[in-house]
Amino acid sequence: MARVNFEGVSKAFDGALAVDDLHLDVHDGELLVLLGPSGCGKTTVLRMVAGLEDPTAGTVSIGDVIVNDVEPKDRDVAMVFQSYALYPHMTLRRNIEFPLRQQKVPAAERARRVDEAAGTLGLGDLLDRKPGQLSGGQRQRVALARAIVRDPQVFLMDEPLSNLDATLRIQTRADIVSLQRRLGTTTIYVTHDQVEAMTMGHRIAVMRDGRLQQVAAPQDLYERPANTFVASFLGSPGMNLVPASVDGAVVTVDGTRVELPAGPAVAAGPVTVGVRPEAASLAPEGIAATVVLVEQLGAEAHVICALVDGTRVVVRQENRAARPDLGDAVAIRVDPAQLLLFDADTGARLELGR
Amino acid sequence: MSALRSRRHREWGLAYLLLAPALLVFAVFTFYPFLRNFKLALYQNPPYPGLPAHYVGLHQVGSVLASTSFHQSLVSTLLYVVMVVPVGLIGGLLLAVAAHKAIRGMAWFRLIFSSTVVTSVAVAAVVFGTLMDPVVGLLPWLGINPHPAILENPTWALPAVSLIAVWQFLGLSFVIMTAGLQSLPDEVLEAARLDGAGGWTMFWRVTVPLLSPTLFFGLVVGTIYAFQSFGQIDILIGPQNSQFTHTDVLLYSVYQALSIQDNPGVAAVLSIVLFTILLVFTLVQLRFLERRVTYAGN
Repeated sequence: MARVNFEGVSKAFDGALAVDDLHLDVHDGELLVLLGPSGCGKTTVLRMVAGLEDPTAGTVSIGDVIVNDVEPKDRDVAMVFQSYALYPHMTLRRNIEFPLRQQKVPAAERARRVDEAAGTLGLGDLLDRKPGQLSGGQRQRVALARAIVRDPQVFLMDEPLSNLDATLRIQTRADIVSLQRRLGTTTIYVTHDQVEAMTMGHRIAVMRDGRLQQVAAPQDLYERPANTFVASFLGSPGMNLVPASVDGAVVTVDGTRVELPAGPAVAAGPVTVGVRPEAASLAPEGIAATVVLVEQLGAEAHVICALVDGTRVVVRQENRAARPDLGDAVAIRVDPAQLLLFDADTGARLELGR
Repeated sequence: MSALRSRRHREWGLAYLLLAPALLVFAVFTFYPFLRNFKLALYQNPPYPGLPAHYVGLHQVGSVLASTSFHQSLVSTLLYVVMVVPVGLIGGLLLAVAAHKAIRGMAWFRLIFSSTVVTSVAVAAVVFGTLMDPVVGLLPWLGINPHPAILENPTWALPAVSLIAVWQFLGLSFVIMTAGLQSLPDEVLEAARLDGAGGWTMFWRVTVPLLSPTLFFGLVVGTIYAFQSFGQIDILIGPQNSQFTHTDVLLYSVYQALSIQDNPGVAAVLSIVLFTILLVFTLVQLRFLERRVTYAGN
């Protein structure tokens, strides 16, 4: 087990920066999720830890060793790929023991460790089959077994669940989490799925356009996003962002005044107001809006409204609330204590005084 | 019901109409000669040209199959195939692996390696013939003077001719192997790198097994190519020397029987033998090898 450290790491492909000056410390034994939309550079970061890409600048260290010039096979990291990357011509036993064979582990110990890893992942009966005879979920578990059998310093997982169907994804997600918690192996997990990130990570590092946006525990990230990008990327649906103006502790949204418990330390002027769907409700009085769409989700519903200026605001309703109809004129009330303010230009969150 | 049937008839009719030109060409140039060949094999030609052939049944087939010249030809053919196909396949694979790197200027090497595909047999034969010339060739220049000269030498003529075939097949083999390498799944190769596989293990335990469908395809194509070699032998050895130098591979003895000895009956028997060998060979390859071939994915 080991910490993984990025010190000013950049990676350029043909002059285009895929990763830009990354400073990040992955703690020993932690499951850190790298989250971001496709093309944000998260997979490149992972591949630089594996040694499959060389950083253009900066240093990557595993443990306390700078690994920039260390061959992939000497880094003691195991990677799980989106496509599983199993060896199609080998039986499962051969697949799982392949890394051990390369390490010249004696046959008896090899067999014991393969049986143990296969048992952990419920593959015991399938060891004589070939990958082609397995389902997607089983293949993914073989890929995991091949990673854990090595007992490496670091696990690297590149969207390992995205080829599975929804039910299997939720189940495998829980399996990976319990496995990681039990083994306590430092894990870097790449995904674009914020639900995966929220449910799996000790901490989440959000990336966009090659830049790290914020690193924090899931709940912190959800409650105190560093900027509008993080605010809208996390949560399903994401945070509502509405243009407004602030003057001291009073925010004016579309002509409606909302008094905050404390105001930001900025001069009066335009801001972006962030409201989680659950912090908004339909009320007799509030910000005027029109219902555009109602999404029924069983236990709850999302009421999508348009403000007078056209801005969309999603309101989450519990089951017992009366559902409005399409086109109804409604009023939205927001909970002042749960309201966030962002700089109208940079998108950075404004601290509210206490 | 009948309307439906008549429409179906019309569709069939249209299908045959569209197929007709291709079928006609096949019928005239392939099916008819193919069947006619079996009839030829049953008739023996008299020793003097011009006299009518007479029906002898399977007698001619038996006598050709029992002749020493046929046995010699069969041995030469198999030797030739064994010399050409494995060397050509392995050589093409090694060149493809060497060229499968993102290095500047590699495109030029690829172009050079694959250029033998587009070189005509005649040109290749003349170039190699010059290199093997007993007076102005490569060996006298190096001070080596085999006697008799390589292409008139019963021991060395067949390897020399097969060298040209290897050289020519190398280009095709290289193209096939390169295409195979480029279609290998990157992630599997990367997984092997992370799992600690070094260059040698990587090649034997991962690359070659993943490439087995390509190798199999190359084997079938290469074998058929080798069995059909003709130009090199005709240009460099010629009908006078081919039997003496053991270079009269099956296809060449068909040509000799027909054009030099003016004996269509014998030529027909030999060509049926060649056809049967290739048919059996291809079936065996498809049956037994395909089962061991690993196809990636599901």
